[in-house]
Amino acid sequence: MAEKTYAGVTVNMDDEGYMTDASQWTKEVAAEIAKEDGLDLTDKHFDVLEFIREKVSSGATLTIRAIGKSGHTDIKGFYKLFPGAPLKKATKFAGVPKPSSCV
Amino acid sequence: MKKLVILGAGTGGTIMANKMRKELARDEWDITIIDKYKTHYYQPGFLFIPFGMYKKRDVIKPKADFIPYGVELIYADIDKVDGENNKVLLQDGVVLNYDYLIIATGTKIVPEETPGLKGELWRKNIFDYYTIEGSSALADFFKTWEGGDLVLNIAENPIKCPVAPLEFVMFADAFFVERGMRDKVNIHYVTPMSGAFTKPRASKVLGGLLKEKNINIIPDFYIEKVDNENKKIVSYDEKEVPFDCLVTIPVHMGDSMIGRSGLGDDMDFALTDKFTLQSDKFDNIFIIGDAANLPTSKAGSVVHFSAEIVFENMMCSIEGRPYTAKFDGHSNCYIETGFGKGALIDFNYDTEPLPGFFPFPGIGPFGLLKETRMNHYGKLLFRWIYWHILLKGKEMPISAHMTMAGKKTHDI
Ligand SMILES: Cc1cc2nc3c(=O)[nH]c(=O)nc-3n(C[C@H](O)[C@H](O)[C@H](O)COP(=O)(O)OP(=O)(O)OC[C@H]3O[C@@H](n4cnc5c(N)ncnc54)[C@H](O)[C@@H]3O)c2cc1C
Repeated sequence: MAEKTYAGVTVNMDDEGYMTDASQWTKEVAAEIAKEDGLDLTDKHFDVLEFIREKVSSGATLTIRAIGKSGHTDIKGFYKLFPGAPLKKATKFAGVPKPSSCV
Repeated sequence: MKKLVILGAGTGGTIMANKMRKELARDEWDITIIDKYKTHYYQPGFLFIPFGMYKKRDVIKPKADFIPYGVELIYADIDKVDGENNKVLLQDGVVLNYDYLIIATGTKIVPEETPGLKGELWRKNIFDYYTIEGSSALADFFKTWEGGDLVLNIAENPIKCPVAPLEFVMFADAFFVERGMRDKVNIHYVTPMSGAFTKPRASKVLGGLLKEKNINIIPDFYIEKVDNENKKIVSYDEKEVPFDCLVTIPVHMGDSMIGRSGLGDDMDFALTDKFTLQSDKFDNIFIIGDAANLPTSKAGSVVHFSAEIVFENMMCSIEGRPYTAKFDGHSNCYIETGFGKGALIDFNYDTEPLPGFFPFPGIGPFGLLKETRMNHYGKLLFRWIYWHILLKGKEMPISAHMTMAGKKTHDI
């Protein structure tokens, strides 16, 4: 557990850099966390991040497939927006827990 | 008469039919169970078939043998549940009323979700082993295969028995060593996860085992399609892995009946309260097993543990008492690691698999998160336990709730 400051907001994070309190999230916080990973967030990114935040707060399990079917982007587009490991990155920037594709 | 209807006569449905018939008075309750197939498969046995360790006859028995006297077994395809009116509609037009309903329709593989998977190489160079047809076809293929790139790919999570793909590649390693052709086979483990396993400690131990066995892990690979012509799999971010033999764990979904009934999520898994195991939509519907959208493994052991919870909460509901049982996501899986050894993991919603002993602290006989011979015997014994104890809903000397006794929490 660590406390870090982004865009003037103190946020709590776990060892892997995922926010542990979704209510501390703001767009500005997200933008700064993404910058650390070398990514500039655009409106298209935020559209997906908001969708992820909604999904998670409704208790749904998050999968790449579900995001691909969401109408906000398709899977290819999701990879373009968050290259490499899109679900891991997007959840990190959305201020929600790392998805535990369950054992 | 009151009516209990159970959908699906696989592991969970069969256990519940046995448990409920013992408890509910025959002159007050009718119990009906429905399945479209007559054969019960011991699914964990599918893993052993490609390597000639089990034959088809070792993993099948008639479903009817496990349904107790006093339970009506109907063979039919279920169309949908009408939860508002407490009715089940069958494809042949029959309508059943219920007071309580248990959904136990499991999960199935959907290779059609991945373009090219069911292309011209399907069951020629591309196999699944999550069905009897697939595992049998792969057994035949291995008999004459001369080697090359053996690629195991997990298309998407969740999957049934998340350790089964690890077991497959470790069995394959042992199999080709024993046939004296391991040098001709490159084994690749291609997964959408970032390591061998999701949970950190288990991933470290199991990933280490794969390395020792010279199995190549390709992480963060999310398959988009199969290129049949050039024999390779392609990811959404355009990575490619060539294969001579592709063993796929296709996308898993719940039965489409759940979607048609408006009871599920976008993968047709039933929306389920993870503690009470009740449907999110209707109080008189409970869900057991792989059909549920629970954040724990889709495994026979989970079905077994959750059966006690469903049983207790349903009795509370029937008798108008508050719920007394709360599921913790307990899962317990033997992992075959090849050459007559195995590992074992025990975990729940909150606690990742840890090293130690099971079930008795310091004694075992099973070792947690390490390779032992005893763990391998545990897995072989499991088949006998499955047919003779588990399906019949009898008690086993393992608690439904996970315990920390015997587990080491410090670093390994
Ligand atoms: C290769 C492999 C290895 C495994 N290894 C292990 C292991 O080592 N340990 C372990 O604990 N678990 C293991 N499992 C998982 C275990 O077999 C399953 O988790 C368990 O059988 C699930 O039980 P269930 O009752 O939820 O579903 P199932 O047993 O699959 O039963 C579902 C039933 O519903 C019926 N059905 C579905 N839809 C309809 C419909 N519309 N109309 C009529 N009938 C319908 C089906 O015909 C089926 O009989 C393994 C599975 C596989 C495939």
